[in-house]
Amino acid sequence: MFRNVAELVELAESQGKKISQVMIEAEMNATNRSREEIMNEMYRNLDVMEKAVERGLTEDIRSHSGLTGGDAKKLQTYMKEREPLSGMTLLNAVSMSVAVNEVNAAMGTIVATPTAGACGIVPGTLFAMSKKLNPTREEMVNFLFTAGAMGFCIANNAFISGAAGGCQAEVGSATAMAAAAIVEMAGGTPEESAQAVAIALKNMLGLVCDPIAGLVEVPCVKRNAMGAAIATTAADMALAGIKSIVPTDEVILAMYRIGCDMPTTLKETAMGGLAATPTGRAIEAKIFGVPMEKK
Amino acid sequence: MKYKSVFDIIGPVMVGPSSSHTAGAARIGRVARSIFGRQPEKAEITFYGSFAKTYKGHGTDVATVAGILDFDTSDLRLKDSITIAKDLGIDVSLTTAEELTEHPNTSRIRLSDEKGSTEVVGISIGGGKMEITEVDGYSLKVTGSAPTLMVLHDDRFGMIAGVSNVLTKYQINIGHMEVSRKERGKHALMVIELDSTIEDKVLHEIEQMPHIVSVSLLVPNP
Repeated sequence: MFRNVAELVELAESQGKKISQVMIEAEMNATNRSREEIMNEMYRNLDVMEKAVERGLTEDIRSHSGLTGGDAKKLQTYMKEREPLSGMTLLNAVSMSVAVNEVNAAMGTIVATPTAGACGIVPGTLFAMSKKLNPTREEMVNFLFTAGAMGFCIANNAFISGAAGGCQAEVGSATAMAAAAIVEMAGGTPEESAQAVAIALKNMLGLVCDPIAGLVEVPCVKRNAMGAAIATTAADMALAGIKSIVPTDEVILAMYRIGCDMPTTLKETAMGGLAATPTGRAIEAKIFGVPMEKK
Repeated sequence: MKYKSVFDIIGPVMVGPSSSHTAGAARIGRVARSIFGRQPEKAEITFYGSFAKTYKGHGTDVATVAGILDFDTSDLRLKDSITIAKDLGIDVSLTTAEELTEHPNTSRIRLSDEKGSTEVVGISIGGGKMEITEVDGYSLKVTGSAPTLMVLHDDRFGMIAGVSNVLTKYQINIGHMEVSRKERGKHALMVIELDSTIEDKVLHEIEQMPHIVSVSLLVPNP
């Protein structure tokens, strides 16, 4: 099994394979399962993601706390009523990413990619790119293997949860994973996918995890939105041939070190950042004001 | 490497909102149920750290109970698990502890009925992954990702060789193994992660060996 992005790219390029194919073969070796079994499990994940996107864009989603829901629909309506300033593909990615994260906040069914808090970005960009690039179902599943391969490298060399490394580890990882997968789906090389990871993750460094009342809602949903936007833009930059001066694995290491230096008040404890603003505190008091009941 | 499969990253399929506070919590509950081996009459749950502070908003309570009911992380009944448990006559109690634990997302689950009880401590480490760190006071590490054989035995020489001889006979490979005891010369717990699942007759053969107290097999959930 590859241990970092450099090894992954080397494996892919030396064999003339895509990152997704390297990931599938590594998974077969590591788990002793057949290609068919592994593909089928990912097809099931794809189906769940598709339903979550669909629900978020069409149903009236509202979380238990009432803090989130309905923004994905708002964006879709806006896109029908006027030409968006940024572009249809970008706003599709953003709205679909929001859709999935809103479904998650409302205790709907999603796939953790790599976590539930960041579950919008990978499917959001996938289904937006699918509208533009018309991939086969298999190519869509390959998108998930490529995203998974990059996430695997990040998870084993840094972290993927907000509690461990801040939002840069959670939404940051998902953004980097999505950027790499978009590049592959658009016909880019493994090296360009790695560049997309570096470009995307650099722009997430230092992002703290400061959810209001500790809930996976504010600012998580909007950070999923921007994660999708950064992933899409980073993919375009990598496909244009732009290179990160700092190699991808070193960017991942930087993310790890920043996460280690980050105070615990900014790592999913609801003690700092947006959670500690007057509004954040007021919302927290409203939700948890009454003593926690003992069931 | 902590993460071993692409499905640790793209997965699990789960009911939101948190992979650590909902899916991970549910998985700890399900492994506790699986170690206990049957539906309990009583479930006593204690949350520590971040679980204690934010369980309500994340549904950590319903998720844990769903796991104890043997529901998957993606089971839509997860939300209603406490009502379902009540209907099944399971007495569920929940407390939160101020005590500091090594990991912020820790739960302790004690399951019991007339025949006995099991107490399990688990931590949710992110992305839906969890580890069991304690069973009935024995420190250990169970991830639930491979078939896991748990053998409680007298703490004396030759026990590891005896059990591994049986596994050798059936050509079963050991992926990871550890032994734990509370005090020297009493009982010890052997935890063996296997590369393949084993038949009942192998379990039975180990059970029949002298100085074995009990044997159980934990099978990974799909």
